[in-house]
Amino acid sequence: MKSLLRMIRFVKPYKSPAILSMLLLLGVVVSDLLIPRLTQRVIDQGIAQQDVSIIVSTSLLMLGAAILSALFAVGNTILSVRVAQGASADLRSAIVRKVQTFSFGNLDRIQTGQLLVRSTSDVRAVQLMVQMSLRMFTRAPLWMLGSIVMLILTNKQLSLLMLALFPIVVGIILFFLGRARPLFLSVQQKLDRLNQVMQENLAGVRVVKAFVRSEHENARFERTNRALTVDNVRVMQFIATLIPTMRALVNLGVVGVIWFGGRQVIVGDLTVGGIVASINYIAFALFPMMMLGGMAGPLSAADASAARIWEILDGDPEVQTRPDAQALPDIKGRVAFEDVCFSYNHSCDEPVLNGINLAAEPGQTVAILGATGSGKSSLVHLIPRFYDVEAGRVTLDGVDVRDLTLANLRAQIGVALQEAVLFSGAIRDNIRYGRPEATEEEVIAAAKAAQAHDFITAFPDGYDTVLGQRGVNLSGGQKQRISIARALLVQPTVLILDDSTSAVDVETEAKIQAALEELMAERTSFVIAQRISTVLNADKIVVLDGGRVAAEGTHAELMESSPIYHEIYESQLGNNQEKIVQ
Amino acid sequence: MTKQQSRQSSGMPGPGGRHRGARIEKAEDVRSALHRLLAELHPYRWVLGAVLILVTVSTLLDLAAPFLMGRAIDEFIAARDLAGLALIVLLMLGAYAGAWLANVGQSMIMARVSQSVMRGLRRRLFEHLQTLSLAFFDRRPHGELMSRLTNDLDAISRVLAQNVTQLFTGALTLVGILVMMFAINFWLALASMIVFPFMMWLVGFVGRRTRRGFREYQMRIGRLNGKLEEMFSGQRVIMAFGQEAAMLDDFEAANEQVRRVGTRAQTYAMLVPPLMGILSNANIAILAGLGGWMTLRGWTTVGAIAAFYNYSRKFAAPLRHIGNLYNQLQAALAGAERVFEVIDQQPELADAPDAIALDEVAGEVIFDHVDFGYTPGVPVIKDMSLRAAPGQTIALVGPTGAGKTTMVNLLTRFYDIDGGAVAIDGRDIRGLQKASLRRQLGIVLQDTFLFSESVMENIRYGRLDATDEECIAAASLANADQFIRHLPRGYDTKLSERGSNLSQGQRQLLAIARAVLADPGILILDEATSSVDTRTEVEIQEALLRLMHPSASSGRRARTSFVIAHRLSTIRDADKILVINEGRIIERGAHDELLAQEGFYHNLYMSQFRGQSPPK
Repeated sequence: MKSLLRMIRFVKPYKSPAILSMLLLLGVVVSDLLIPRLTQRVIDQGIAQQDVSIIVSTSLLMLGAAILSALFAVGNTILSVRVAQGASADLRSAIVRKVQTFSFGNLDRIQTGQLLVRSTSDVRAVQLMVQMSLRMFTRAPLWMLGSIVMLILTNKQLSLLMLALFPIVVGIILFFLGRARPLFLSVQQKLDRLNQVMQENLAGVRVVKAFVRSEHENARFERTNRALTVDNVRVMQFIATLIPTMRALVNLGVVGVIWFGGRQVIVGDLTVGGIVASINYIAFALFPMMMLGGMAGPLSAADASAARIWEILDGDPEVQTRPDAQALPDIKGRVAFEDVCFSYNHSCDEPVLNGINLAAEPGQTVAILGATGSGKSSLVHLIPRFYDVEAGRVTLDGVDVRDLTLANLRAQIGVALQEAVLFSGAIRDNIRYGRPEATEEEVIAAAKAAQAHDFITAFPDGYDTVLGQRGVNLSGGQKQRISIARALLVQPTVLILDDSTSAVDVETEAKIQAALEELMAERTSFVIAQRISTVLNADKIVVLDGGRVAAEGTHAELMESSPIYHEIYESQLGNNQEKIVQ
Repeated sequence: MTKQQSRQSSGMPGPGGRHRGARIEKAEDVRSALHRLLAELHPYRWVLGAVLILVTVSTLLDLAAPFLMGRAIDEFIAARDLAGLALIVLLMLGAYAGAWLANVGQSMIMARVSQSVMRGLRRRLFEHLQTLSLAFFDRRPHGELMSRLTNDLDAISRVLAQNVTQLFTGALTLVGILVMMFAINFWLALASMIVFPFMMWLVGFVGRRTRRGFREYQMRIGRLNGKLEEMFSGQRVIMAFGQEAAMLDDFEAANEQVRRVGTRAQTYAMLVPPLMGILSNANIAILAGLGGWMTLRGWTTVGAIAAFYNYSRKFAAPLRHIGNLYNQLQAALAGAERVFEVIDQQPELADAPDAIALDEVAGEVIFDHVDFGYTPGVPVIKDMSLRAAPGQTIALVGPTGAGKTTMVNLLTRFYDIDGGAVAIDGRDIRGLQKASLRRQLGIVLQDTFLFSESVMENIRYGRLDATDEECIAAASLANADQFIRHLPRGYDTKLSERGSNLSQGQRQLLAIARAVLADPGILILDEATSSVDTRTEVEIQEALLRLMHPSASSGRRARTSFVIAHRLSTIRDADKILVINEGRIIERGAHDELLAQEGFYHNLYMSQFRGQSPPK
């Protein structure tokens, strides 16, 4: 229950309505307890003494108590729903906020499906519990306590019977709670998986159709579907035995009262009215047990879900702003790598990058070339601290990037990631994503520089054209150009283009580069590319090989000195170069 | 004008899709959702019959107990008959034990039945999604669709699992109690009925509001899920642009909507029990007053009142329950409507009844005066004709948005052409079974998509019955073997979502391996190597060349391939290069011929050397 109890902090902001709802509940309990007492008065005083006025007045009192009880209950409902919905909205918000602090490293290990289940299904389980607690949890013990007091007042011996039943009931509930939790945990994990299969199926729908794999997908889904069903049935059947068992125990109590109470009446220690009232109280007192029994399922489900939510909330962002981090007021854009070693598994034994020393002066364009998997993207990811270095350091204007605040650092850097991920919404909003306050002129200027303006204005709705999720309704090259425009609009001091023109034709790319040369004259650019034509004019070309800098220099220098570069050049122009010369 | 953007922006309703914007409550919607939900239970009618018997038994036994109790008090306690009391106590014990057994039994069965129904619905939903057209998916946020599989089905599940039997128990208890009450005292029983009309009205009144509330709630939670899915899967971009705060604002707005709507729906739904509580307590008050008065007159006994009192307390519980269940049911129906909405979507154009299966292809592909546009009136492909002879490699070049990927979409019949014909081996592809057509095509799509499975399974996706050795061979051919072996667990390495633990180039290599493994009659590479470095690409090309043009001795025919690329080194060696601009083929020929023409292609080619002194 520890995970669930920790959730109390999300109820704290709603302290007053929560407390008020519990007070109202107290009213409900008091009025509910009054009613059997009043019934007894009707029987013992009214009927036995043939007093009609007592009968009538007591009945009216009962009606009043009933109405009062309902009013309290309505108030309690309204408040408890508000608290539960508020707390769950805050909880969802906390999860999403936490995810915002995660770095690429954290994200690599989490699947979207898992996050989705946690922020909807798991939050719901906790929400249900908060609501139930405010509506019942407090009622159950209060009710029980009140009933016991009344029972003792009515009949001391019978109350001993109740006390005997108590430990049994509590023991059974605890047993169920302990056993159900892992089962619920397993159900939620299966739900994660189901969600993931569905999400991938949706995202990969073109691949599924191209390879005619719908049957395979159906089978894949059915496997997880089946696993979920098996787990669900298991937990539900387990929980299903609890409520009838609790009810049987309550009934056992009633039978006990009849037996022992009956004997007392026979001996003359108890009135008939007393036995009726006792039955009522014992049912009343044990009824909360039944409710608790009914709650054991949701309770252990909520605890399991709470644990899963804490997994996210307790997650350690791998990259964080240091407490003593500073914000540089005026960044020129000098970027340097000093003896950098980097690896995704936090060990320099099998490094992705090793011994990297590299500097880019403001205004320079550094091009990075290298084989697939040689570490090009990893290298540029270190500049905006998508990941942190293992050893050595990356500096911006001579300051270690880890000593800058993340906000300050990333505000300086415009990135067009390798995968041009766009969001659903208008093209305009996608372009000004990094700077929502940008003017229309700035948006158009960025789009023009990225050679996107012409195709955008060719759409009937122009910049208002609404994109589908991930920009599905654009071609690869179009997406890349919007992604470049998005990076340019930030007016970055350091621009990173990670192979972001791979789907753009050479001529368009040339135009983009010409525009960039002007825009980035005072700033630093890192350009990852495969095509020699993309990097020809770079101030510095860096050839990566196996995570190390294999060569560094201008095109002309590298043509002379670097066999790898020469090889790359050959592979693109091959034997045709003579023809071009001609 | 390319792709589907205009289809998107025109907001065309999908095939069979009902407009769901500002919806007006329709009674037939509710009824049909209920009917269809009940139809899902139909296969289990015999099992459900058994459940009903068990429920009846347990209810009857539960009812018998107070009756026995009344007698115990009136006949044995009052008469001081200890032996009789003992007997009746034993009877009560027996009744309760029987009730327990029947209860446990029916819950066990119901858990299984309800989960089987849910499993069936989930499967139907998923399988139906497989049959829908790409246009359907292009329009829907993924998370919104996913919410139907989780949140909406969950709402149904909650009701189905517990409430169906509770509803029956409730109704049965109610009837049983009424019978007993009438048997004990007609007038008292009649008096207890006074509250009924009020209850009916109350449940109906609140129920209508609950239904509206839950409909909106399920819709809002679906939208929130859609937003979250897009946020979580685009998290890297959010971070790169430091837009966490803006994204949170956006999320909070949707979150706030869910909170607001959820509060309303839940409040309405939960108002019913306390309101029912007033009525049933009023009932007790009436009973006490009337009963007391009647006892005084000698028209009834104290024991009868006690029994009555007990019954009317039992009366309160099922009434509260039924009212509550009725409201819960609204949530389930709101969910069911959304699930059925997807299941009702028209599937992608089905094959013609006389469509033939394409078993093996020689590889001749013909585009004959093809016209196509994603939106009527906005042509993307205009009067395009081309012929690829069996075994030829055809390269498609041209600016982005020229219509190259669209041609692939037409050949695979992701979309159908508007005019002209596309034929393979002389057969119009519209007369072929779609699945058999696609099986002959090995496609590497522009957007590489990998599943979060092992590397091996991702390659095997190309041909499910391939052995590990064949997968490895395909990986070697695609030049992927080397990097795969360097992964922490080699071919068993599990990829993260979309393969994000690989570089883009590595992902492309896996996609090529996957297509190679499919051993297709026709290979289509849509910018398949755009992120692969050129040296690796040269090696892949050589390997592909061997694959597509096996040596004569192997006895295999050469295969046709289409290659879309911007890197001219990729396409230089193609048999035929088609230069496409604005949906038309403007130049065609071999590399040397096109260079000699000094036209569009020549310009493209030369731009690779822009700003550089001619190579020595």
